[in-house]
Amino acid sequence: MNKCITFYLRVLIYCIFLIPISAQAQQVVHHDDISIPVYNYTQLEPMLHPAESNDTTYIFNFWATYCVPCIKELPHFEQIGKDFADQKVKVILISMDFKSKIATQVVPFIKKHQLKSSVILLSDPDANSWINKINPQWSGSLPATLIVKGNKREFNEKTFTYNELELLTTKFLTP
Amino acid sequence: MKRNILFIVFILCALAGLQAQGYKVGDSATDFKLKNVDNKYVSLSDFSNAKGFIIVFTCNHCPYAKSYEERLVALDKKYKTKGYPVIAINPNDPVAVPADGFEEMQKRAQEAGFTFPYLLDEGQKIYPLYGATRTPHVYVLQKTAKGNIVKYIGAIDDNYEDSSAVKTHYVANVVEALLSGQKVPVDFTKAIGCSIKVK
Repeated sequence: MNKCITFYLRVLIYCIFLIPISAQAQQVVHHDDISIPVYNYTQLEPMLHPAESNDTTYIFNFWATYCVPCIKELPHFEQIGKDFADQKVKVILISMDFKSKIATQVVPFIKKHQLKSSVILLSDPDANSWINKINPQWSGSLPATLIVKGNKREFNEKTFTYNELELLTTKFLTP
Repeated sequence: MKRNILFIVFILCALAGLQAQGYKVGDSATDFKLKNVDNKYVSLSDFSNAKGFIIVFTCNHCPYAKSYEERLVALDKKYKTKGYPVIAINPNDPVAVPADGFEEMQKRAQEAGFTFPYLLDEGQKIYPLYGATRTPHVYVLQKTAKGNIVKYIGAIDDNYEDSSAVKTHYVANVVEALLSGQKVPVDFTKAIGCSIKVK
């Protein structure tokens, strides 16, 4: 009986903590030793809504390799990943590049800039169906950033400076 | 007195805020006089036979904009003769994005076989009035006695990556509805696009 309860408890813990981060990708594209999970919005959605009890702060940055203001702020996201490495902060870079450009654009970019943050690709061209679900304030312009911790969320359609991003991250870490 | 001044300042700020948001469906859109890639200036009032316009804020460098070039030519070919020409406007600052400079626009228009005017928003005065935030960003206008009324704001269709996989042709549906005197089915959509670049 005890074993049974322990088992269910484990499953429950797994559901709460792991599923939001390991949502099922549509496919994983491997190129040059780098793997890029590709999601449509339905598959991505659970990741953007972690459980209330999940105390990790997720920083989702919507970007693309050709987007000049995105590339300008990208080092700040990398730096946040490093500076908050000992805290529960996870930076996830969601590339909006075309799926057909993974091998020719996305992977070479990751290698050139030696990105350490997780990079995934959102390939769901009917953007009108999901932009509002990410945030109704979003016009669809890149870059855009969503920060989530439990049921606390903040969305910004802008290019961040390091200080702004650090301030915002700290705000999320403070209980 | 002080209170009055504060009130006026408040109203002015509120108005400025409203203007920054740009047009909504139903608003009357401003005309403009902008330089085309053939060095001639183009205004909406030049098109005396038009019933309306498909205004698209677009540019050279953005992959989403590039992906829609052929589709814009197809829209123009199909609807220009029916009274709804495409008018493309590049809202980006050429200093911020050299690839979107005037000469580059001339090259791109030639290479891509644009059948429509491709205008430069010199000084970036027009796109904020419309409220465009990205490229491509479409405004369908209908010419009426009260001016050019905004009938649709948003995306060209529902698949930026693959034109053969499009399910809903938003802009074409709007123009068809306007031509046949029907209600516009969907008058506002969102799309992913490149931000408009300022200095």
